[in-house]
Amino acid sequence: MEYAPIKKDVSATNKLANMVNYHQSYDDFNWHEAQQLIKGYKNGINMAYEAVDRHVEEGYGDQTALIFLEKKQQRKVFSYAQLQQTSNRFANLLKSLKVDKGHLLCSLTDRSPILYTAVIGCLKSGVVFSPLFSAFGPEPIKSRMKIGGATVLLTSGKLYKKKVATWRHEYLALKTVLLYDCDGECPSDCIDLDHVLVQQSDQFTICETAAQDTALIHFTSGTTGKPKGVVHVHEAVIYHKYSGYYALDIHPQDVFWCTADPGWVTGISYGVISPLCNRATLVVDNAEFDAIRWYNILEKENVNIWYTAPTAIRMLMKAGNLLSLNYDLSHLRFLASVGEPLNPEAVIWSQKYLGKVFHDNWWQTETGGIMLANFISENVKPGSMGQPLPGIKAGIVEVDDQGHLTEVTASNKTGELAFKKGWPSMFRDYLHETKRYQDCFNDDWYLSGDLAYKDDDGYFWFVGRRSDLIKSAGHLIGPFEIESVLIEHPAVVEAGVIGVPDPIAGELVKAFVSLNDGYKADAALSKSIMAHARKKLGPALAPREICIKQNLPKTRSGKIMRRLLKARELGLPEGDISTLESDETT
Amino acid sequence: MNKKLALKTLICRLILDIAPEVDIESLDPNEDLREELDLDSIDFMKLLEAVSLETSITISESDYDKVQSLQSMVNYIENRT
Repeated sequence: MEYAPIKKDVSATNKLANMVNYHQSYDDFNWHEAQQLIKGYKNGINMAYEAVDRHVEEGYGDQTALIFLEKKQQRKVFSYAQLQQTSNRFANLLKSLKVDKGHLLCSLTDRSPILYTAVIGCLKSGVVFSPLFSAFGPEPIKSRMKIGGATVLLTSGKLYKKKVATWRHEYLALKTVLLYDCDGECPSDCIDLDHVLVQQSDQFTICETAAQDTALIHFTSGTTGKPKGVVHVHEAVIYHKYSGYYALDIHPQDVFWCTADPGWVTGISYGVISPLCNRATLVVDNAEFDAIRWYNILEKENVNIWYTAPTAIRMLMKAGNLLSLNYDLSHLRFLASVGEPLNPEAVIWSQKYLGKVFHDNWWQTETGGIMLANFISENVKPGSMGQPLPGIKAGIVEVDDQGHLTEVTASNKTGELAFKKGWPSMFRDYLHETKRYQDCFNDDWYLSGDLAYKDDDGYFWFVGRRSDLIKSAGHLIGPFEIESVLIEHPAVVEAGVIGVPDPIAGELVKAFVSLNDGYKADAALSKSIMAHARKKLGPALAPREICIKQNLPKTRSGKIMRRLLKARELGLPEGDISTLESDETT
Repeated sequence: MNKKLALKTLICRLILDIAPEVDIESLDPNEDLREELDLDSIDFMKLLEAVSLETSITISESDYDKVQSLQSMVNYIENRT
């Protein structure tokens, strides 16, 4: 079904939009002007300085930077000056522990104030920060920390006990574990952060980081092999600030709520760095999704800009059309969505029941920032990812068998979504995997791995992924990581993992396994395999369904044909099966 | 009392269908289920769907805060049957 574009009247908004005319902004753009948005620190660039200290220097220290909403309704507020002080304390603590510039700190936390203190504290001391999702199980935590070579871990007493303590001493590079909320029961080989942080000075001289110094490492899943450590540098802050300004229309003092968990890239780039750089007031909710709670937050905190994800929007839709009508959402000025393509029905729904339309946008861990967006000043095409930000050259390309790339100039023709390289937040490497990094580029194009087309008006539309990656509840999940854990179960000889469509989560992880001799397929064994996977991987990555087969379809080289499993699961044509050597049997 | 126990057994079975790894015996019935058992939003939604299907009691969105623990979920269902 085709949906008509939703007409926009930018003059009707109660605040002058940062972008009034997209085409003019695009045509007039130059990177020099975008760079003027940041101040720079001494002879280089420092993300933390742009996000926090700069505003204090300029006289905005009293402005609220963060509003924390705890699960049981407690509300804590931190000003920019307080965030500067607590992050200085954190930076001084790192210094006292001899955690130096370039060392890696991983965080495994909920959305508590210490996380925000730590991100800024690391960045201002030149320590590289890498967030981990707190719903990960022990395996994904361990593997990511090992790949990153993390020497410091920040986590809570509870998470440490549950997910780290059992393997901590297997990983010798981990020198320091900082624990918060350990309620007086801090293990002797950890540091009680709540106790030591207050003893540190709140004065700190920011490290003079260079534009190309590593600031952040975000892990993302690969189709084959281990997770990839995506390297971002301090210079990326130019794009964080700029894209928040244009694509999310953030103004100083806006109340901004990004619902993404800070364990993922969106939760850091747009849940911390970008809105702070634009001097917004951030709302942070430390509770799981709950429709009524969310509407209450939008109303009571007078949220102006709301950045969320399709899964959450669909859960709100499921909660009922009329629920939102009980709340005053008149402060909302701009709604945006990211994580996976937002279905057109959700866009139409938001217009009808929230009184404002959701603006879908597109980016990925590697791009470091929003690349395509539906803008405040432009008509919204429901189902489209939007148009490239000024300064970004996006295209649809084809690469032939010889590796020659051609740009597809015809409208509505599907190819791979690609971007001319060189924007400031473009990733600089995959940690220890430079070849894999180089393979993402062809000529001067970065190849995104997503298939898309561009329509006559220059809007981009998502078609699918080139790889077997799964997008569930906005999280990118690599099948290999899950399969590797499944085959550790004594009954499992081989495993193939695919994503199956789900009306709420987009896709759910489904695993097909075949068994070693001597094991019988029954419900108890399925549960045992599921329990094993959830224990090791955590609920965010583990399969939601396990299907036992006698054999799985494989190529001559023994590779499981996930594509075929998926086609059969969805009743789609099987395509080219010339490489199929051994077929599945039920 | 028997009804309460039957409901508790049912809900525990449904939890174990979704999250078979959990140690249901050591679950404090008054603690937050999601937090204690490491259930994410999708798990919790599936649990409520399964409970509704088995008991024919629909748990509306506005009542989610009344079913956060095992005990409160049991009480909620019991009061509506």
